[in-house]
Amino acid sequence: MAIPVIAIFFFGMRPVSRYAYAIINFSNYAGDEMLRLDSAHYQNELGQDFTVTNFKYYVGNLKLYSHDTVKYTWNQYFLINEADPKSRKVTLPMMPEGKEKYTSISFTLGVDSAMNCSGAQSGALDPVNAMFWMWNTGYIFVKLEGKAAASKSPGHIFEYHIGGYRAPSNCIRTIMLDLTNNPLKSVGEEYCGIQIKTDILELLKTPMTIDFSKLSSVTDFHHAAEIADNYTDMFTVLKVENAY
Amino acid sequence: MRTNHFYILLAALGIVFLLNSFSPEKDYFLITKKDVELKVIKEFPKPLYNFKNNALTPEIFTLGRKLFYDPILSKDSSISCSSCHQRIAAFAHIDHPLSHGINGLIGTRNVPALQNLIFRDAFMWDGGVNNLEVQPLNPITNQLEMDEKLDQVLVKLQRNPEYVKLFRLAYNDSIINSERLLKSLTQFTGLMISSNSRYDKYKAGLDTLSENEISGMKIFGQRCANCHSGELFTDNSYRNDGLLPDTSINDKGYGAITGLSDDNYKFKVPSLRNVEVTYPYMHDGRFRNLNQVLDHYGSGKYFTANFDQSLKKTTGLNAKEKSDIIAFLKTLTDKTFLYDRRFADPNFR
Repeated sequence: MAIPVIAIFFFGMRPVSRYAYAIINFSNYAGDEMLRLDSAHYQNELGQDFTVTNFKYYVGNLKLYSHDTVKYTWNQYFLINEADPKSRKVTLPMMPEGKEKYTSISFTLGVDSAMNCSGAQSGALDPVNAMFWMWNTGYIFVKLEGKAAASKSPGHIFEYHIGGYRAPSNCIRTIMLDLTNNPLKSVGEEYCGIQIKTDILELLKTPMTIDFSKLSSVTDFHHAAEIADNYTDMFTVLKVENAY
Repeated sequence: MRTNHFYILLAALGIVFLLNSFSPEKDYFLITKKDVELKVIKEFPKPLYNFKNNALTPEIFTLGRKLFYDPILSKDSSISCSSCHQRIAAFAHIDHPLSHGINGLIGTRNVPALQNLIFRDAFMWDGGVNNLEVQPLNPITNQLEMDEKLDQVLVKLQRNPEYVKLFRLAYNDSIINSERLLKSLTQFTGLMISSNSRYDKYKAGLDTLSENEISGMKIFGQRCANCHSGELFTDNSYRNDGLLPDTSINDKGYGAITGLSDDNYKFKVPSLRNVEVTYPYMHDGRFRNLNQVLDHYGSGKYFTANFDQSLKKTTGLNAKEKSDIIAFLKTLTDKTFLYDRRFADPNFR
């Protein structure tokens, strides 16, 4: 009798954690508009009309800095999938005790070379997520697919499957976002968060302006690194939410 | 009278019990802890795959064996790994130049032997696969082979009571995912180690070789061991052996992986262990026997500009040299491996 009572007593209590956690929200956009799959029409730099059917990418190795010093690292990979709202919310647990101000955040866009060579994985890195090349081992870091009238591919589709962890086509990019003007603050066991905007229009331009009629399919190393240079600047900070 | 009946009954029971305990099926297919010990002879290099994140157990190995021999992995349940990887051929496909898939489809490459895989740094003829664990994804999903979707394979396994049982035995819970599917297959294929041929016994002082075989070993050492080097008889490199590219296949090999034209028509140097039973030969199975292979290497005729310069060493082999080399190559046949009960088809009970 005593054991169940004690168990209920313990499990009924609020979990006591001295640690704060942060939630990083990735919101996918096309320019100023929130991305909507299939239905919404957008225009690329050349004014070519297109719709998006699929947008997925890996982020991992998240780090928070106080000025130039790394204060927090979370080594987990997350697959952000526009079609799965839950996936767009990344939780960073176990943040250091006490008050801390973070002035920048960085993360890997893609999957590092060690994890590309480590064999079978589960979770976000499970090949069942269709973000894995089997014939030439490696993860697809970013997948953008859609339709554009200008595309000459069958069904006017375009598909950009960008990956590659080895030179000369290394597509791993480290994204560093500055928070100096509005630092992320954590204290005790409170929650804080960052809203990050991911703009697909940036993936389609600078330095390489993508013309759907000329380049509608990238599924290996051809042009992959150029598109990786494009997506390096697709992230911006929308908002920082603090506990205090 | 009653006592007599009792003893007859007892004797009969005893015989039944003895027969049962010596039953070949029971012992033959039972995988024990000892069966999954990794044993590497000291002459071999250090394994590159060490089972560190995939601890060998009889239950996981048994699951991998079941999967290897089960056509459930293919789209229409017609083809298993073992359809093309036959045990009697050191898990190559005897007498089939190119791989065969579902619906009678023909692939583009010769089925390679499966042996000593844990010593290899890359897989496939073009080296595109960087870890033994993710290798099975290719035949499973290749449209000319099993043509199945990975998620579909998992659904089929999750619905199958026998696999539900085997996965639980292997992993102590009910999760059936791709990581476990791949790791169990890796335990089965990773333990396929061939290191007990007549050549190995000769090196260990346990057997003798004939005059021809010894002569062949010497010529091999001078002419062939530049690429087929070491105790695994491969330097794990990619080389272009000067074969005329088959335009109906147009296989660029390693070049398709690296994207460098210098790497076009290069293929991974295969091990020559058990080469006697892995015919036909080369990446596209174009040569039916070892004589044809040596005729090519001896001919000095190379059809691509970037052929491997070390091929010059094999140019001009005479008939006696060729037959001695072949006699030596046959000493690499490892009957212990070819008849290893651990790798036998468990469905043949």
